[in-house]
Amino acid sequence: MSFFKEFLTLLKKNIRDYGMYIALFVIMAFFTIATDGIFISSRNISNLMNQMGYIAVLAIGMTLVIVIRHIDLSVGYLAGFLGALAAIALTSWNLPVLLVIPLVLIFGVAAGLIAAVTIAKFGIPSFVATLAGWLIYRGALLRATLKTGTIVIPNDTFNAIGNGYIPDLPLEGFLPGTHKLTLLLGIIGAVLLVISEIRSRKKKMAYDFEVLSKNMFIVKTIFTIILLGAVTYVLAGYNGLSWTAVIVLSVTLIYHFLTTQTFLGRHIYAVGGNPEAAELSGISVSKITYVVFGSMGMLSALSGMLFASRLQSATTTAGQGFELDAIAAAYVGGVSSAGGVGKVTGSLIGAIVMMSLTNGMNLMGIDISTQYIVRGAVLVAAVVFDVATRKQRA
Amino acid sequence: MSVPILEMKNITKEFPGVKALDNVSFKVERQKIHCLVGENGAGKSTLMKVLSGVHPYGSYDGEIYFEDKLQDFKSTRDSEQAGIAVIYQELALVPEMTVYENVFLGHEICKGINVDINETIKQTVEILKKVRLDVNPSTPVKQLGIGKQQLVEIAKALSRDAKLLVLDEPTSALNESDSDNLLDLLRELKEQGVTSILISHKLQEVIAIADKVTVLRDGASIVTLDAHNGEVNENVLIKHMVGRAIENIYPERKKKKSDQVVFEVRNWNAYDPARERQILKDVNLELRKGEVLGITGLMGAGRTELALSLFGNPDNYRIDGEMLIGGEPVKFNHPEKAIKAGLAYVTEDRKGDGLILIQDVKSNITIANLKRILKYGVIDANAEIKDAREYTDSLGIKTPSIEQKVLYLSGGNQQKVSLAKWLYVSPDIMILDEPTRGIDVGAKFEIFTIMNKLVEQGMSIIMISSELPEILGMTDRIYVVSDGKITGELSTEDADQEIVMRYATM
Ligand SMILES: Nc1ncnc2c1ncn2[C@@H]1O[C@H](COP(=O)(O)OP(=O)(O)OP(=O)(O)O)[C@@H](O)[C@H]1O
Ligand SMILES: [Mg+2]
Repeated sequence: MSFFKEFLTLLKKNIRDYGMYIALFVIMAFFTIATDGIFISSRNISNLMNQMGYIAVLAIGMTLVIVIRHIDLSVGYLAGFLGALAAIALTSWNLPVLLVIPLVLIFGVAAGLIAAVTIAKFGIPSFVATLAGWLIYRGALLRATLKTGTIVIPNDTFNAIGNGYIPDLPLEGFLPGTHKLTLLLGIIGAVLLVISEIRSRKKKMAYDFEVLSKNMFIVKTIFTIILLGAVTYVLAGYNGLSWTAVIVLSVTLIYHFLTTQTFLGRHIYAVGGNPEAAELSGISVSKITYVVFGSMGMLSALSGMLFASRLQSATTTAGQGFELDAIAAAYVGGVSSAGGVGKVTGSLIGAIVMMSLTNGMNLMGIDISTQYIVRGAVLVAAVVFDVATRKQRA
Repeated sequence: MSVPILEMKNITKEFPGVKALDNVSFKVERQKIHCLVGENGAGKSTLMKVLSGVHPYGSYDGEIYFEDKLQDFKSTRDSEQAGIAVIYQELALVPEMTVYENVFLGHEICKGINVDINETIKQTVEILKKVRLDVNPSTPVKQLGIGKQQLVEIAKALSRDAKLLVLDEPTSALNESDSDNLLDLLRELKEQGVTSILISHKLQEVIAIADKVTVLRDGASIVTLDAHNGEVNENVLIKHMVGRAIENIYPERKKKKSDQVVFEVRNWNAYDPARERQILKDVNLELRKGEVLGITGLMGAGRTELALSLFGNPDNYRIDGEMLIGGEPVKFNHPEKAIKAGLAYVTEDRKGDGLILIQDVKSNITIANLKRILKYGVIDANAEIKDAREYTDSLGIKTPSIEQKVLYLSGGNQQKVSLAKWLYVSPDIMILDEPTRGIDVGAKFEIFTIMNKLVEQGMSIIMISSELPEILGMTDRIYVVSDGKITGELSTEDADQEIVMRYATM
């Protein structure tokens, strides 16, 4: 097969994924030009990552919820409420940060499991069950912040989660103005990636399985390295990698691994693809529902803490509308409400796309009313593209 | 010779990686019943989808002449308007709606903007008479059996003045008397001027009803035979379809009859709270090592319910009774437990609850036994590919790759994927529910051969089937089920169709 032909088949096969990357690239390029380069500046990109963190983790959890044919409307206010809980634990109960974080995460899991009970055990539609959650957590949030209104969090460690950056290597005079540890991590990441790609290719060839041609493989790998390099370079130009970015990347990697490489992921997608068949294949649909909603609850807690930490306080409106942003990000990222389809990496990209739009339009000074309309249009366009490319492949 | 009502010329249709139709020409004469036969994946359904506009004009090469006019159907709506009605195997009725609503769905009779219910009912009654369906038009469709639903589909087609009726495997889910009924109806409609195209894997019914038979093989039309000059018989059809003769469709088994009971059910009762009905009454059965045990009966007798109640009871029936495996009492509260105990259940409805259609062949094969390819909870992707290849090869599953979505496989190959999935769990006891539904003779023969190999290796198989010939051809022993009860136990040697039917209607 000629190189070009292989490229075309590859493109055709993965049109949905590549389409999203291309769209992201176009959006970024557009804003870069429209803002005379401010958009792509290290400072702004770094900021963007921090702004999108709390939506990105929700979108990742939401992906799985939608994959198993459910929805969770409660995540926004649950995040808000748990953020407030963290604030109270830190300020009123004077608990140490390292205890508060796991504690709040556990509360999140518990909240998710309660939703799962009503859905899996009592058979209430998830839309209704989590709508009830939306109301309840909204009330809980108001109650938690009733006395003081906004709860200010005077804890530097906690606030670093949403605002801080990883420390740099103590190398005075070497590459001034760049964040050396970030560069180093980027390089290590790239090397590991290349090694694992080569190894998996070798192994596949040993089994006589189909692999990309050598040229195509090299091009693809180089392309990935350039991409990784560019992101690293941009980030290293400012304060380096933020803790939020570290958290989001870790969550993405863990969930990506779980969903694509483990039995748990298979079970989740099987339940989403055909629950009856999954049940008869020995997979407990209700167990999977518990796991997925439990994870959603945990990520809501994480999101709530990221947001509270970013604002260095818990407010009465924290979490408002997060659920809708998360759902939108997941759909832009290619999940399907018919179930069984959608990747967590897609949802991360979806979250980046949506946040880039907000951030870019803010920089351009575009009115908020227009912003909503544009984001709505992008959401529809993404899903239309999704449906169309899926049909074409059929 | 009369002018053909339909002529499809040089139709070529490609899917990514598959040439489903390769320069097919197909001609149907007016007022004839024209049968279309061929192996699974031969392209029969695809040809009909090209005709009906499911695959719209432009997505295939070739020309379609219907009623002497070159047609360019862009959707099923266009072909319907031209007078072509296609009845797919998956019925397209709205279960919650009544018969008359379904019959006139999409072209309601209106007075102003209101639906004229009285007129609709009146016309429905007339049409129902034509299809000889004796039900109240206001009955919700879901309350009808599948045979009657099939007739409602035909009524729907007639209500639109269809001139050409296409039926894709209409009888595969019907029992014998419903099938006969349907075939009689097609004959009658023929007298009234309706032309039919019938796709079927049941060669006997093809021979009984066809005026013409066209055989497709590997996306090409091999031959069109005239049924009225004696050139159509089963052997001829098989030879054209498969490309070789099959001497005995039920392969010989070196019988190693064992008396060791591996599985036993005693005083088994099940009540379905959802339907508020006792579905199984005092069932007793035993299965011996290395035997093929047949369970037969009429549709709705409770055979599938029996299988489900044994296989971890996913529908939550209220059950009492005893189940023993190898003499040990067992209880399963989930299919997972049943699988662990060595059971496998190949479902009757492979699309509904058997396969995950949107996933690829390899994930479907491994899903019920992921353990086999797990290392510390992580899937060994290479081992999976290797295993999936091994199973697709050994079962002869025709697919462009193991990464193809199961959705795009033909019916018979989907069935083989189901079988592969359950063989992958290496069960001791395998329940096959209608294992040959909708699959071609060649594939049937292969599946029977596989079954023989399995029991010779010591597996025990329960085969549920409504097809008496295959029950009689393949099993060692037969239980006949009627209305949730076992009404007869027969040794296959002493059984014939008549005896079985007598028990089945008891
Ligand atoms: N939408 C599709 N995408 C990809 N391949 C398809 C699609 N539809 C059908 N095919 C392929 O085209 C070929 C013909 O399929 P078709 O369904 O027409 O067979 P068939 O003769 O009706 O078989 P069966 O008797 O099993 O129903 C098969 O190889 C099938 O896998
Ligand atoms: Mg077909």
